[in-house]
Amino acid sequence: MGGIRAGSGGEEQLVWKVAKPGVKIHPMSSNRVSYTLDSTLASVNSAEETASRFASTAGFEEDEVMRIAMAVREATVNAVLHGNAYDETKKVTVEFEKTPRSLVISITDQGRGIDLNSIPDPLAPENLLKTSGRGIFLIRSFMDEVQIKPSQAGTEIKMIKYVPGQAADRKEASQ
Amino acid sequence: MSMKASTRQVDGITIVDLSGRITLGEGSVILRDTVRDLVAKGNKKILLNLGDVNYIDSSGIGELVSAFTSVRNQGGELKLLNLTKKVHDLLQITKLYTVFDVKDDEAAAVKSFATSAR
Repeated sequence: MGGIRAGSGGEEQLVWKVAKPGVKIHPMSSNRVSYTLDSTLASVNSAEETASRFASTAGFEEDEVMRIAMAVREATVNAVLHGNAYDETKKVTVEFEKTPRSLVISITDQGRGIDLNSIPDPLAPENLLKTSGRGIFLIRSFMDEVQIKPSQAGTEIKMIKYVPGQAADRKEASQ
Repeated sequence: MSMKASTRQVDGITIVDLSGRITLGEGSVILRDTVRDLVAKGNKKILLNLGDVNYIDSSGIGELVSAFTSVRNQGGELKLLNLTKKVHDLLQITKLYTVFDVKDDEAAAVKSFATSAR
């Protein structure tokens, strides 16, 4: 695996080491990079590992790194399984952006779009023993802000985690 | 990264020692197959030792729920032992901590099966 340095000349160079089959890397700046992934389980693991590295580099503590990586895992699972349905002609795009205040992660599939009204509450007593349906709940639990934008061309989920000490800026940042 | 499962018998209880990650794919499949084989062989008092499981995703949580309900539907019992903090926290936020019978001492856990069977 070769290392790839995203961007050039930035103050905070981030090093990426994801040269795996089925993964295309598109460095956009020193703090922003996009990956195009195949609709496979291997992509889920790649996205999770990359999120873990990105979050560590962004200065999050171990527990938060785990939560961010898990949110990315769950979102990528949704994109690969439910969005693209393992269709090898469809791709998943994962974009990471580090700002001084936050880590912003967007994951987009090329499926038919999720029906947000069809997602049951996994904490409702009648749903507690269901074997699926907890992914988006976990994402919302682990990230500070989550926006889901379904369309007929696919679904984009945008997740934001604020850098410790920056949560007070949340309202300003979201406006 | 991958998950491993091994089984042992203690006083009529089947203890499944799990290690690694219970996630979509291999980890979930190993757990599912292990529990299915045990129940098929008549081992319906199962203690899942999660002491070395450091990561579970939503698929893994679903697999635990599936194992719990399938054993119960066969007239058996499935309990959890030695949760790591990460797994404990996950079961708390998904409100499953009170659904499962969670133990932190193996000997006491084994005895709890015997008591409930009487």
